[in-house]
Amino acid sequence: MKVFIPSPLLSYTNRKEVNAFGCTLAEVLRDLDRQYPGIRFRMIDEQDRVRPHIRIFVNGEQTFALDRGLDDRDVVHVIQALSGG
Amino acid sequence: MKPMRQGRSGTGSTVLLVATRKGAWLYRASRDREAWSCEGPHFLGQIVHHLVLDPRDGETLLASASTGHLGPTLFRSRDLGRTWDESRRPPAFAKTDAAQTPRAVNHIFWLTPGHASEPGVWYAGTSPHGLFRSEDSGETWAPCVGLNDDPRYREWMGGPQDGTPDGPKLHSILVDPRSANHLYLGMSSGGVHESVDRGCSWEPLIDGLEVVEGLDASKAWFHDPHCVRLCPSQPDRLYQQNHCGIYRLDRPARRWERIGINMPREVGDIGFPMIVHPRDADTAWVFPMDGSSVWPRVAIGGRPAAYVTRDAGRSWNRQDRGLPESQAWWTVKRQAMTSDVCDPVGLYIGTTSGELWGSIDEGASWRGIARHLPEIYALEAASV
Repeated sequence: MKVFIPSPLLSYTNRKEVNAFGCTLAEVLRDLDRQYPGIRFRMIDEQDRVRPHIRIFVNGEQTFALDRGLDDRDVVHVIQALSGG
Repeated sequence: MKPMRQGRSGTGSTVLLVATRKGAWLYRASRDREAWSCEGPHFLGQIVHHLVLDPRDGETLLASASTGHLGPTLFRSRDLGRTWDESRRPPAFAKTDAAQTPRAVNHIFWLTPGHASEPGVWYAGTSPHGLFRSEDSGETWAPCVGLNDDPRYREWMGGPQDGTPDGPKLHSILVDPRSANHLYLGMSSGGVHESVDRGCSWEPLIDGLEVVEGLDASKAWFHDPHCVRLCPSQPDRLYQQNHCGIYRLDRPARRWERIGINMPREVGDIGFPMIVHPRDADTAWVFPMDGSSVWPRVAIGGRPAAYVTRDAGRSWNRQDRGLPESQAWWTVKRQAMTSDVCDPVGLYIGTTSGELWGSIDEGASWRGIARHLPEIYALEAASV
């Protein structure tokens, strides 16, 4: 599925739009980290929580649930929260 | 600021490792430390909390980084900053079950290379309080459970409201040059602690230290060491700049002596950084700040100055020649004062206003090295 990457993480992917695979958001993030080592920990902490100023949207709907089910037609947007101007 | 001019030859080339709120820079000195060349920025826009060179190989740099939005990580260079790669497993607490309070590393505050007999070993101190160890030159890190998971220490570490304004910090990780087993560390707040088994277990070392009036000094969580230093020329001697004064401890004694009581009364003995002479354990420097009322954390009266003791804290002398004489409202954070190993010793400070100052005559006079940098968080002087 398509995953859109925010500018602070482009140093990992070099592209705004990448493909990742998985049946849940957790699996997609693991696949992203397999392709781009280190990227997951910048977004998700060691307790598997989305970091405070990171937001994840699936098909335009915000989610914090890493166990959310996904299929190949879904679109994931990772954004840097508009916190602090 | 005038450029630095005077000074005799040092023992090697000095490189200043400058970690700032918006990236990192390297300043390389000429042999006589008269001229400085700048390399950087590295990691522009990232918060770099500490940038440290491994003295055991003279070329491995570790940089702890985070941003306002992203989680923490570590970058490593094997060629003195020409190229960087990222730690494969940065410091992280163990995943906890629902019954425990979950902890996540917010930033990696302090880095210390391990003992000379343990090449590749590094220690990291984090916010919130956590101690981590790497055995592969920073590629992967593991929690030191003997501290992080000890029930007493979990209590002393407190919670998010117990630390400094930008988070509780584990710092001043010191390795006894005589033994890899012997370590010290400081927690703001949480006290000073010692391990004699390579970090497997820890005990408080807080006797004699004062705490904020009205609190119980026997409780580790009330203690706030700002910066602890071990004298390389006499490893049984420790100096400390604490929230409540300046102290010295000569082991095996366990009771700290408040040597800041000998500072000029109008200056007091509040501050953050403290450094020691590389070859003379009776000589140490502090950079006092205004800790009155709401803790302005600026130079006292807008007139910055270092203070030096040459007699282990029995007396102190002001060193401000060349520094601004008035209206300078910056200060120096606990990691942002350092020394080189040249003779005479070079002293360096990085300010909250982004200025870099140096002295090549052990503090007798100061000259500007750089200005207009971002707020300087940490400064190390490496010899290459």
